[in-house]
Amino acid sequence: MWINGSGVTNLKNWGFYIVKNFMRMMLLLIAVSIVTFALVSISPIDPLQANVGQAALGSMSQEQKEKMESYWGVHEPPVERYLNWAKDFLQGDMGVSLLYRQPVSSVIAVKLGNSLILMLIAWLISGALGFFLGVLSGVYRGGWIDKLVRGYCLLIASTPVFWLALILLLVFAVYLKILPIGLSVPIGMEASGVTIADRLQHAILPAMTLSITGVSNIALHTREKMIDVMESDYVLFARARGEKLGAIVVWHGLRNIIIPAITLQFASISEIIGGSVLVEQVFSYPGLGQAAVAAGTGSDVPLLLGITLATAAIVFMGNYVANLLYGAVDPRMRKRGKVT
Amino acid sequence: MVVIFVLVVGFLTGVALVGSFCYESARITDFSRKNLKPGIPYLFGTDWLGRDMLTRTLNGLSMSILIGLCAAIISAIIAFVLGVLAAVGGKKVDACITWLIDLIMGIPHILLLILISYGLGKGLKGVIIGVAVTHWTSLARVIRAEVLQLKESQYIKIAERLGHSKWKVAVKHMIPHLLPQFIVGLILLFPHAVLHEASITFLGFGLSPEQPAIGIILSESMKHLITGKWWLAVFPGAMLVLTVILFDVAGGVLRKIFDPSSAHE
Repeated sequence: MWINGSGVTNLKNWGFYIVKNFMRMMLLLIAVSIVTFALVSISPIDPLQANVGQAALGSMSQEQKEKMESYWGVHEPPVERYLNWAKDFLQGDMGVSLLYRQPVSSVIAVKLGNSLILMLIAWLISGALGFFLGVLSGVYRGGWIDKLVRGYCLLIASTPVFWLALILLLVFAVYLKILPIGLSVPIGMEASGVTIADRLQHAILPAMTLSITGVSNIALHTREKMIDVMESDYVLFARARGEKLGAIVVWHGLRNIIIPAITLQFASISEIIGGSVLVEQVFSYPGLGQAAVAAGTGSDVPLLLGITLATAAIVFMGNYVANLLYGAVDPRMRKRGKVT
Repeated sequence: MVVIFVLVVGFLTGVALVGSFCYESARITDFSRKNLKPGIPYLFGTDWLGRDMLTRTLNGLSMSILIGLCAAIISAIIAFVLGVLAAVGGKKVDACITWLIDLIMGIPHILLLILISYGLGKGLKGVIIGVAVTHWTSLARVIRAEVLQLKESQYIKIAERLGHSKWKVAVKHMIPHLLPQFIVGLILLFPHAVLHEASITFLGFGLSPEQPAIGIILSESMKHLITGKWWLAVFPGAMLVLTVILFDVAGGVLRKIFDPSSAHE
C-alpha cells in the first residue's frame, strides 16, 4: 500500500478527517455558547435584583443604578451582549463570578481540579468493570451470570444517582462510620495540612457512587455487541475448528467490540459529569457540579455560562478523542478516512 | 404477558390516583406524632413535623408520574416529527437535525435542565418544559434509522413506483410500521423523564419546598440522616425506584407484544 503511493492519499484523508472533526467540534461549541447565552438571556430573573439584592437596589442612587445596568448590559440588545461576552471569552476573560467574587476561570480551575479526581476514578472503574461484566454476560448469555448482570443493570438504571448516594452515605458514614460524611478535605484543617490520603478518603464515597451507576449502561451495550459477535459466522467457524472459548473471546470477540467500547467509554463522560452534579450535592463535595448548582440557584450567570462551556468542551473533546482513537485502533478507518 | 402489563399499568394509575387524593393529608403536621419509626399505623414513619411519610411519598409519586408522563409524551412527539423529517427531508434537513441532536447531547443533561429551568424563571413550568424538550434525542435517532431502512424496503419502493404520493406512502405504509416503535419508545422514555424530574427538584430547581415531590422529600431528608432517621430517605426513594422499574417492565412487555421476535433476544 505504501509502495504504490496510495498511502500518501490515505494519510491526506486522515489529516482531512482530523481537521474536519475538529472544525465540527468548534462549531458545536459555538452553538452551545449561543444556546446557553440565549437561555440565560430570556430568563425573567433580573440579574440586578438577584445579585445586588432588592434592598441594596432600592438604596442606590440613580447614577449607581445606571452604572450597574451598563455593567450588566441591561439595555443592550442580546446579540450585542453575546458578542461582547464572546470577545472577552476568547481573550480568556470569562467574567467575574458573583458568588465567589473571583474570576470565573480561576473558580472553574479550582472546582474542576476537585471534580476531576472523582470523575477520573469513576470513569476508569465504571469503564473497566462495565466492559468486563458486559463481555461476561454476553458470552454466557442466558446463564446465571447474565441474569445477574442484567438484573443489576436494570436496578441501577432505575435508581436515581442521588438516592444511591444517600444510601451509601447512610451505610458507610452514618452506620459503619468508616468513611467521612462529606467535603473534599477534613473540616477545620488548614489547606497545607491536607494530605493526598485525606483527599482520597473523602473522594471514595462519591467516586464509588458514580462508578456503580456508570457500569450499567456500558455493560448492557457491551453485552449486546458481544452477543452479535458470538452469533457471527466467524465465531461459529472458530468453534468448528475447535478453538477454546477463551481464545475465541480474546482473538475474535474483544477485537471486534473494542470500537463500540471506545465510543461508549468516551460517550459516558457526559453522564459522569451529570452524575457528579448530583453526587457532589449529596456529599457537599466542592467540585464543579456543586458550583453549577450554586450558580443556578444563586443566579450567577457568568459562572453558569463558564461551567456549561467548560463541561461541553470536555464532552466534545471526549468525542473527538474517541474519533481519533478509531483510526489508531482500526486501520480500515485510516484508509477510508471516515467513520462508518 | 398481557396480565403483567395490565397489572403494572393498574398499579401505576392506582398510585397516581391515590397520591393525588393525598394532597391535603400529606400536608398535615402533628407534633404529637413526630419522628416516629416506620410501623403501624404509619407504615413509612413520620418526619420531624409529624407528617405521614406514606401519604407524602404517594403524593410526590403521583406528581412525578404525571410530570413524567406529560414530558415523555411531548418528547416522544418531538422525536417522531424530527426523526421522520430527518429521514425524508433530504440531506440538508438531515444534517441539521443530526447536528441539533449532537448539540443537545453535548451539554450534560442535568446542566441543560438547570439552564432551561433558569431560563424559564424556575418553578414547575421550567421543570416540565425542561424535561420534555430534552429527552427526544435518542428516540429521534431510532426513528430516523427506522425510516431510512423503510425507504429502502421493497414494498415502499413498489408503492412509489405505483404512483402513490409521498403523503399516502407515509400514512398508509410507514406510520403503521412506526407506531409500535413509537409507543414502546414513549414508555421507555418515561423512566428517564421521571428520574430527571426527581433529580432537578432534588437540586432545588422547580417545585417549592412545601410541595411533597420525591426530589424535595429526599433533599429535605439529607439534614436528618446523620441523626439516624433513615426511613425519611429509604422508603420514598425505594418507591421511586419501584415506579421506574415498573414502567421499564411495562415497556419491555409491550415490545414483546408488538414485536414477538424481540422475545428471543
